[in-house]
Amino acid sequence: MTADLILFFGLAAVAIGAALGMLLSKNAVYSALFLILNFATVAVFFLLLGAPFIAMAQVAVYAGAIMVLFLFVIMLLGAEQLLTSHKSGWQRPIAILLTLVLLVESIYLIFGRGRLLSQVAPVASDYASPEAIGELLFSRYLLPFEVTSILLLVAMVGVIVLIKKPKANN
Amino acid sequence: MNYFDLVPWIVFLPVLGLLLNILIGKRLGERGSSLVAFLASGGAFVVSVLQWLSLSAHPEAHIVKFAEWINIGALQVPWAFRVDTLSVTMMLVVSGVGTLIHIYAAGYMHYDVRYKGDPAAYQRFFIYLNLFIAAMMILVSGDSYLMLFVGWEGVGLCSFLLIGFWFNKNPDGSSGMENSNAAKKAFIANRVGDLGLLLAMFAIFTLMGSLSFDTVFARAEFINPSYILAITLFMLIGVAGKSAQLPLYVWLPDAMAGPTPVSALIHAATMVTAGVYLVARSAPLYSLAPAAQTTVAVVGALTALFAATIAVGQNDIKKVLAYSTISQLGFMVAAVGLGAFVAGMFHLVTHAFFKALLFLGSGSVILALERAHHPIDGDHEQHHEEPKKGHAFDPQDMRIMGGLRKVIPTTYRVYLIGALALAGLPPLAGFFSKDEILTDALHANPLVYALLTAAAFLTAFYMGRQVLLVFFGEPRSHAAEEAVESPPIMTWPLIVLAGLSILGGLINFPGLHGLTNWLEHTLGHEFAHATEFNLTVALTSTLLALLAIYLAWTLYGREPLKAKAADPLAKRLGSLFTALQNKWWVDEFYGWLIIRPYQRFAAFLADVVDWRFWHDWVHDSLIARGFRGLAVFLANPVDLGVIDGLANGLATGARGLASSLSILQTGYVRNYALMVFFGVVSMLAYLIFFS
Amino acid sequence: MVPVSYYLALAAILFALGALGVLIRRNAIIIFMSIELMLNAANLLFVAFARSFESLDGQIYVFFVIAVAAAEVAVGLALIVTIFRTKHSIDIDELSSMKG
Repeated sequence: MTADLILFFGLAAVAIGAALGMLLSKNAVYSALFLILNFATVAVFFLLLGAPFIAMAQVAVYAGAIMVLFLFVIMLLGAEQLLTSHKSGWQRPIAILLTLVLLVESIYLIFGRGRLLSQVAPVASDYASPEAIGELLFSRYLLPFEVTSILLLVAMVGVIVLIKKPKANN
Repeated sequence: MNYFDLVPWIVFLPVLGLLLNILIGKRLGERGSSLVAFLASGGAFVVSVLQWLSLSAHPEAHIVKFAEWINIGALQVPWAFRVDTLSVTMMLVVSGVGTLIHIYAAGYMHYDVRYKGDPAAYQRFFIYLNLFIAAMMILVSGDSYLMLFVGWEGVGLCSFLLIGFWFNKNPDGSSGMENSNAAKKAFIANRVGDLGLLLAMFAIFTLMGSLSFDTVFARAEFINPSYILAITLFMLIGVAGKSAQLPLYVWLPDAMAGPTPVSALIHAATMVTAGVYLVARSAPLYSLAPAAQTTVAVVGALTALFAATIAVGQNDIKKVLAYSTISQLGFMVAAVGLGAFVAGMFHLVTHAFFKALLFLGSGSVILALERAHHPIDGDHEQHHEEPKKGHAFDPQDMRIMGGLRKVIPTTYRVYLIGALALAGLPPLAGFFSKDEILTDALHANPLVYALLTAAAFLTAFYMGRQVLLVFFGEPRSHAAEEAVESPPIMTWPLIVLAGLSILGGLINFPGLHGLTNWLEHTLGHEFAHATEFNLTVALTSTLLALLAIYLAWTLYGREPLKAKAADPLAKRLGSLFTALQNKWWVDEFYGWLIIRPYQRFAAFLADVVDWRFWHDWVHDSLIARGFRGLAVFLANPVDLGVIDGLANGLATGARGLASSLSILQTGYVRNYALMVFFGVVSMLAYLIFFS
Repeated sequence: MVPVSYYLALAAILFALGALGVLIRRNAIIIFMSIELMLNAANLLFVAFARSFESLDGQIYVFFVIAVAAAEVAVGLALIVTIFRTKHSIDIDELSSMKG
């Protein structure tokens, strides 16, 4: 076993554990914190896969901005916990079963079918450097990039419209 | 310089004239509308003369294509005018005699419309007359059998319209349907003939792929002769219908119901000769079918003799002439049947002159008596009294005439010329043309010669009888005593026609052969050979004619008929004369043979088949009841049971299915997500296992 | 070097866990977080394949996914806040007014 694999399996265990923690925590705040941990480990995976720019964006945008937003809303609403409900008790076992089936199918597809994507050639030193990413973004992907900016603007306007209280209630 | 391009005007001038009379005829008045009609017809004559002059310089046939008409696949029939010596001969006769009759009719109809009590009909008469000229011109100038047929039907229509001109009257002037019945009789008899011509045309088109004369004649010799025989025999049926030959001649005597100018123009001079023209035109076809030629000749000869016998026994001045016309048409048909096309056409021309003269002369006689019977002076209107049937004064009955030569001398003189020409005495026109036919017949077919000679003898006899009865002896009625001579507008055309009847023989004078050479350009030397003058034949027929006239004089001239006395011939011939008077009972025979069975059959069809079987049984019992039963069946079990059940069942089923499916719509987003997830998993499984 | 297939397997596991979260949790915020987890798993796949094919396009897609996710979260949380205001609950099972 090489150091690479040890690192991978260790981090993978953390990521899965964090995901399960997010899934099973009764308290929503804990869930959010577990998710941050998960995102952080995924960011490390990005680094391992030679994507430093994406890893930084993951940490900054996901683990940072988005999760803070989550925490903020949880606190705001005071909705850390929910009363247990008797409704749709039958759905849980079916969901677990289907998830297991999906997992089996996925693993079968990844390892049972097709070639094992094991041989990974070493890449050039400037692969996925911020300069390369930036150059690509502003040349070939310029239009989607600009559209994304409009999307963000629209989302901003939409949020304001949704949150704003109707004037009649004032 | 030639005028061939003007030829369409022979049709369009009369059409123009009739349109003018239709549109503004009433405003033009009698003088105006008759002048318009005269100018239209006269214009056609002038154009025909121009064609003649052009053709004298260039005698080969000219075809003037006027318009496209039918253009369907192999059927190509343009509206083309054919100008050749044959058609121009007909054009000259039609428009020349037609124009003279127009002049005559302008005077005659002035009185006729007043005696019939309908002065407004004056314009209508000239409209029909111009229409007839146009149709006849189409007939003689057509370049194909179909164009000829258009004219053929057109003149048939005009004949129908003009026979039935006084359609609400009887021939004696009383109210009734006899005139229109005569018109219908003529029309139906002509339809029988037209069917034959149509069949001939169908056969021609099927076999030769064209209806145009030149093409048909060029291809005819390559066709099986038995087909040609069939075509020519079918054509003979058409000829028998139009030219009043046995057995379809019965319509022509009844056609005398029309005004006298009509009888002269249509039923003597022009239309009825269309059959002769057709045979002459189809000479190349007939020459390929000797059996058909013989049939035509025999039919013509039999008709000539048969009609001549009937003419002997008639008392009506116009009926005598009508049967005489049938007889003379028989001469022409026999001639063209024998292959003597020139002789036939020659007789056609001269006959047009003297028979038109005789008819117009008889019209003058009739009018003279009519005016004496109830005088009207000038345009002064008189209240018209409608005569009662059977008691009417009949100005056409020769038994009330007599001694007219003193009171109407002009009419007498021209009538005498016409009668002698018809009787065939030299040097009048009829002698030469009839003699040529007889000479040709002697060479070709002795039987036909014998029949025609007998007919010629009878012709001289009945004409002698007629002239003696009408103009000689003592007046047998008050009207005959005070008969009034016709005005100059009527007598001048008579004088012109009398001149033509005297000089007409020059057209094809023996030794000169003007007409023969003229027609040779069209018929070819083969069909237009010159007939040498035969002194034996000429002497025989002349002596026979003189004998017949002497016979007539012994019977009617030496001892003039007294008023209300029986016909002297009746004593001599006994029951035979009754048979002649009753026209050999042919009409009765046709009635017994065709009309009565037909009426019985019609009654059977109407009463038994239509009413009892079809209406009562099939409609009421079968269809109505069956339909009602079917409707009840369809309404109750089918509609209420099956169809409603189906529709309601579908609705109920859909509602049940919907309510059971609506359970799935829980409103819980997570349930929906589960379903989507299930779908994803299933699809993945499907892709794994089946691809 | 770790085989790329391992990363794929890890991404599949994370995705399945996210899906399970959507299906079994009732708290709207946690469902939302599960959706983010699924998105993240997809991102991981993108990057892994980008590495495998030595192409940068996959990483660019991830960049766009992150941007869209940010916008989505903003709108989604706003919706949750609005729902909470009217229903005084963020239990997803309380929301069944669309039942047929």
